[in-house]
Amino acid sequence: MTASSVSPAATMTAPLLSLRGITKSFGAVAALTDVDLDVAAGEVVALVGDNGAGKSTLVKVLSGVHAPDSGTITFESEEVSIPSPAAAQQLGIATVFQDLALCENLNVIENLFLGRELRGHRLDDVRMEVRSRELLQQLSAKIPSVRAPIAALSGGQRQTVAIARSLLGDPKVIILDEPTAALGVAQTAEVLNLIDRLRERGHGVIMISHNMADVTAVADRVVVLRLGRNNGVFDAETVTAEELVTAITGASDNAVTRRSARRRRGAAGAPAGVTKEGTDDE
Amino acid sequence: MSDLDTVEAVAPAAAEFDPDRPRGFRGTLTVLGERFRGGDLGVAPVVAGLIVIWTVMQSLNPIFLSSTNLVNLAIECVPVGIIALGVMFMLLVGQIDLSVGSISGLSAAVTAVLFVDQGLSPWLAVAGAVLLACLIGWLYAQVFNRLGVPSFVITLAGLLGFLGVQLWMLGAKGSINLPFDSGLVTFAQLQFVPPWLSYALVAAGAVALFASGYARASARRSAGLPATSTQALLLRSAVLLVGLGAAVWYLNRDRGVGWMFVLFLGLVLVTHYVLSRTKYGKSLYAVGGNVEAARRAGINVKAIYASAFMLCTTLAAIGGVLAAARLAAANQSSGGGDVNLNAIAAAVIGGTSLFGGRGSAFAALLGIVVIQSISSGLTLLNLDSSYRFMVTGAVLLLAVALDSVARRSRASSGRA
Repeated sequence: MTASSVSPAATMTAPLLSLRGITKSFGAVAALTDVDLDVAAGEVVALVGDNGAGKSTLVKVLSGVHAPDSGTITFESEEVSIPSPAAAQQLGIATVFQDLALCENLNVIENLFLGRELRGHRLDDVRMEVRSRELLQQLSAKIPSVRAPIAALSGGQRQTVAIARSLLGDPKVIILDEPTAALGVAQTAEVLNLIDRLRERGHGVIMISHNMADVTAVADRVVVLRLGRNNGVFDAETVTAEELVTAITGASDNAVTRRSARRRRGAAGAPAGVTKEGTDDE
Repeated sequence: MSDLDTVEAVAPAAAEFDPDRPRGFRGTLTVLGERFRGGDLGVAPVVAGLIVIWTVMQSLNPIFLSSTNLVNLAIECVPVGIIALGVMFMLLVGQIDLSVGSISGLSAAVTAVLFVDQGLSPWLAVAGAVLLACLIGWLYAQVFNRLGVPSFVITLAGLLGFLGVQLWMLGAKGSINLPFDSGLVTFAQLQFVPPWLSYALVAAGAVALFASGYARASARRSAGLPATSTQALLLRSAVLLVGLGAAVWYLNRDRGVGWMFVLFLGLVLVTHYVLSRTKYGKSLYAVGGNVEAARRAGINVKAIYASAFMLCTTLAAIGGVLAAARLAAANQSSGGGDVNLNAIAAAVIGGTSLFGGRGSAFAALLGIVVIQSISSGLTLLNLDSSYRFMVTGAVLLLAVALDSVARRSRASSGRA
């Protein structure tokens, strides 16, 4: 992957979107405190953290649902405010929420163009179908037919349609909220391929995930949030699952670190390690 | 995830990008067969039901399929059919209006009072009644959107309330006759399309169907999309020409096609266009399918609900006025009895789903023809309304059961 060498440089020169010192409280609860985040064009940033770490709040700040109490958002080197979801769309920040928000009774084309149909009084379905096919082909999406109702599609295919829909507005940054949750193995692979393709197209991607395997498979950088604060930025190429889990939970003693510690000892071939492992298992 | 999903994820790879549909007649049959098994029944069950009902009724009484009876049947369909068209809008957004009967009765009363008692021109009286109904729909929508009261309850209150207003307007007399020579009554009772014009309309319809299909197919072809072949388009238009032509010829042996029925057909066609070819139509389906998705797509969900409420009450008023015109009177039982449930039943029997997001303009047309056929057939057999209620009830249950089963098999075959 060339991305790992590209991304730090890109981040340093001109991040597409950059958050500095974002703070947001709901009454007495501080959801975000002094959070920084950068995304460059053609970079996939994974945002990880435990439940309640502030990932969703951060996404809502970016998608215009919540306004931050303080901090700055810089988009394409200009300081901006994102007061509403429509403003986020206009800037070029698209969000695909976890529940996808597709209408199962409508087909793929109708869902892609829902709310922004071409020629409202006499639908231009030829142009909409052509656009839909082009878009899905660019994403190498495996959709049986653009005329198929959403109900006929698998979870991964629905995710693809939801992502494709966010691309129609030609966004620069795409935020994916748990894109692989609730998907099977093959479908997860499909969606991860899709995220790779988004990077190739030069979009900045922010991906929220709980799945460390997915994160290390597709992300360039991993940003960890813990209790509403930054808790480290890692290079996805070199980071290990245990480092991430440690950063997420704040505890260095857990099942993941124990097992990898055992493995390391086992690899060293120390007989003491073997007996230790044996006693551990009993 | 289940095996089903894995299979689905793999299978499309082979069939990717467009076998849109297999070609030719055999291909069409295959596609239809797959759709049926998948629970996408379309209008097939209604048409099948209609054939059964007509066969049974004809064998019981040979007058049933006579030109005279069918002319009457067609005209009788119109008032409740138009109301059913309105109900279909409500069902499409996943709501229901139980007050259509009362609204239609109230509109009949308002028309009669304005026209006969107040001496206004009949068309002004009709406009007043329709406007009032439109206002009632707006009021329903305000209560629904602002207070979040379920449509079921709002319109149940409306059912009682507006029945009261209707009785109050008609006063002690309880009935107002409309003069027989008024344009309103002659339109509903006596005006038929001249034979030459009826054939011309059929021909125009067939030509229009072919022309629009051809324009669409060539636009698709020039965009590199699969399109219906010209032969298939010609065949479709020819079938329409022959079928409708024969029907019109048969009706013309008696009085012919009533203008009122043409009005109904016109409303159905306009509704069909709006639902299938406009942004507004797609919004209705979207709101019925997934409100939250519709909201996030930037659709003004409240406005869509309001429009459905208003269209429903407006069409109910038009139906009510036509019913009064046909009877040449507005009385206390206008819009009462089975009007309400027949209208809702017609929409459902025709294939509009009670679960929202599924239905078409032709549902109302086919549904009301089924209901009127039962009613007319049983009347011809000199059976009183007790049997009519029982049979209609059974057919309604059958239709809803079919809807539920189809929905389940859609869910299992992933077509929902």
